[in-house]
Amino acid sequence: MGNIALEMASNKEKSENWDLVIRPAGSAVTLNFKDIWKYRDLLFMFVKRDYVSVYKQTILGPLWFFIQPVLTTLTFALVFGRIARLSTDGLPMLAFYLCGIVAWNYFADCLNTTSGTFINNANIFGKVYFPRIIIPVSVVISNLMKFALQFLLLIMLVCYYAFFTEQQVQPNWLIVFTPLLLLIMGVMGLGFGIIISSYTTKYRDLKFLVTFGVQLFMYATPVAYPLSALPEKYQNILKWNPVTPIVECFRYAFLGKGTFDIFMLLYAALFSTVLLMCGMVVFNKVEKNFMDTV
Amino acid sequence: MKTVIKVNNISKMYRLGEIGTGTLSHDLNRWFARVRGKEDPYLKIGEVNDRTKQGNSNYVWSLKDISFSVEEGEVLGVIGRNGAGKSTLLKILSRVTSPTKGEIFVKGRIASLLEVGTGFHPELTGRENVFLNGAILGMTKSEIKSKFDEIVDFSGVEKYIETPVKRYSSGMYVRLAFAVAAHLESEILIVDEVLAVGDLEFQKKCLGKMGDVAKNEGRTILFVSHNMGAVKNLCKKGIILQNGQLAFAGSINETVEHYISSQISNAEYSNEKGSSKPAYIKKALLSDKKGKSKNTFDFFENVKINLEIACQADFTQSFNVGVLVKDKWGQKLFTTVNSYKSSGALQVQVTLPSQLLLGGAYSIDAALFIPGSVTLEYVKDIVSFTIVDSGSALAIFGDADIGPFKVDCIWESQ
Repeated sequence: MGNIALEMASNKEKSENWDLVIRPAGSAVTLNFKDIWKYRDLLFMFVKRDYVSVYKQTILGPLWFFIQPVLTTLTFALVFGRIARLSTDGLPMLAFYLCGIVAWNYFADCLNTTSGTFINNANIFGKVYFPRIIIPVSVVISNLMKFALQFLLLIMLVCYYAFFTEQQVQPNWLIVFTPLLLLIMGVMGLGFGIIISSYTTKYRDLKFLVTFGVQLFMYATPVAYPLSALPEKYQNILKWNPVTPIVECFRYAFLGKGTFDIFMLLYAALFSTVLLMCGMVVFNKVEKNFMDTV
Repeated sequence: MKTVIKVNNISKMYRLGEIGTGTLSHDLNRWFARVRGKEDPYLKIGEVNDRTKQGNSNYVWSLKDISFSVEEGEVLGVIGRNGAGKSTLLKILSRVTSPTKGEIFVKGRIASLLEVGTGFHPELTGRENVFLNGAILGMTKSEIKSKFDEIVDFSGVEKYIETPVKRYSSGMYVRLAFAVAAHLESEILIVDEVLAVGDLEFQKKCLGKMGDVAKNEGRTILFVSHNMGAVKNLCKKGIILQNGQLAFAGSINETVEHYISSQISNAEYSNEKGSSKPAYIKKALLSDKKGKSKNTFDFFENVKINLEIACQADFTQSFNVGVLVKDKWGQKLFTTVNSYKSSGALQVQVTLPSQLLLGGAYSIDAALFIPGSVTLEYVKDIVSFTIVDSGSALAIFGDADIGPFKVDCIWESQ
């Protein structure tokens, strides 16, 4: 045993002269940011590929990005607004629901698309090495395109209400926080997504849980109802949901009603950062050997 | 010469069979062992990899304690049968999967070509795919830009470069894909059998390009192929993997010869079970002139092929016995035929002339047939033998490939 230890030590010394050392997985968790930086062109290429391929698809391709939130908004307006008569904080129903849906969609899309990283890219991953994290990161960036289209819809609706009606829709300076909100949502979606994708390589059932879980998660987030309409007790529980402050802040910024709490936002930011770190560790461990289990 | 790849005792274990209900419990077991600071309980029970045998455990060593090193500018051929562990080795080297044990040290950038056209997107144009594929293979955008014209030129699809690749013929697709790969700027190139693509002309071009890369640019290449000709042309050194272990390492000629002789080493042949065919070869073995059975002959010795043929009692037609001698590449050298008529057992001896075949490994096919109508039996590689050149005028060439025959030609000069 002493011999082996000695050998290891000498190997460690030697390794400094080499550009690359391939070792068994799990010996050390390395977050190789240098490597990711080296492949930044690839990240850009993947994003570009996603844009171009969507653009080149059928005419209806990008149109679906509009149809989905519009139909969901109408459904929400009918079910929650008309039938269940849930409060919308005195805001026009369409604007209220669309605002929540657009924000939620970005988070949910990031989570859903990144959670399939390993399974969907097994083919490429089995043939060539690049930092695997490039794929989910590129997906999160690509999703911004879909968000932008839906966001456009929201802006148009908000403008309509603000300029042509007497409704109380008041976009305010908090709009400048939008990129930050997007960043937090992206990071959080990515964090959840890569953790799930790491475990789905081995335990496939998780995949079914995700689709279903994300749907349930939405109801635990004030998308179809305002946080303020809840009894105190439930509000306090819901505040622990890190997506809550984002959706609420988003709504406050664009419609003028909602809960804006800087501490809750900080909590969401912290939560997503820690989640992403954990995700990277798990992802890193799985990426080395997943080809054997996929 | 400095070492650019150093492989130290690399082993890789795989789990066989379905990953089903057992995995979670195995994972828990493994985790529990780790918590107690014990060795992984499943690492011990792995067996040597032999795909033909049913193992006792679900774990198998696809690679076991492989060590070798590659010098700068060397072209190393990796050969072995299917399932010998070649692909696993390449996968570990290209960091697609990681080893179970051992370490590999690498100096310089590695680019691996386990497949051409990885990540090609059908909706994108040829140009866009060149950039995408190049980036996936590890090139930066500026590198691809500077080589773009060269790549397109090499691929020969200039006309279609702005067309989505989904409209390409499969040949054009592969040409473009290989062209990108061939222009990778990395110190070390790992190539799997991707050369078996495209038409013959393009294959030649690819092989030529590989040779260029190796000779002129002084890059290190690891080349895996079943094509012994290509391996021999490109590589200087070789290693043989067998059942996940390193079976041989040496100069490429030695390696290929070793591989081929181990592939076709059939000392003798016998068919004791009998056959329903009207005539079949019951036994075959090689001997020297005096009838002493052996498989290694001197250049100055005669090789005698002894065939025992069994004919059914009611078989009355005359038939031919043919013997085909092949060289170590499986290249057919010559055939000799004679006609017989028999019922019952027939002993046939064929004596090959001495001082004809130069040193090397040879293999024999034997056939029974009725000329112009029926092949009664054809046994490929029925027996094989080696000639050792102990002192012909051509022995000085040693391992060099100078053709299989010594032919006495008339030389004149004025």
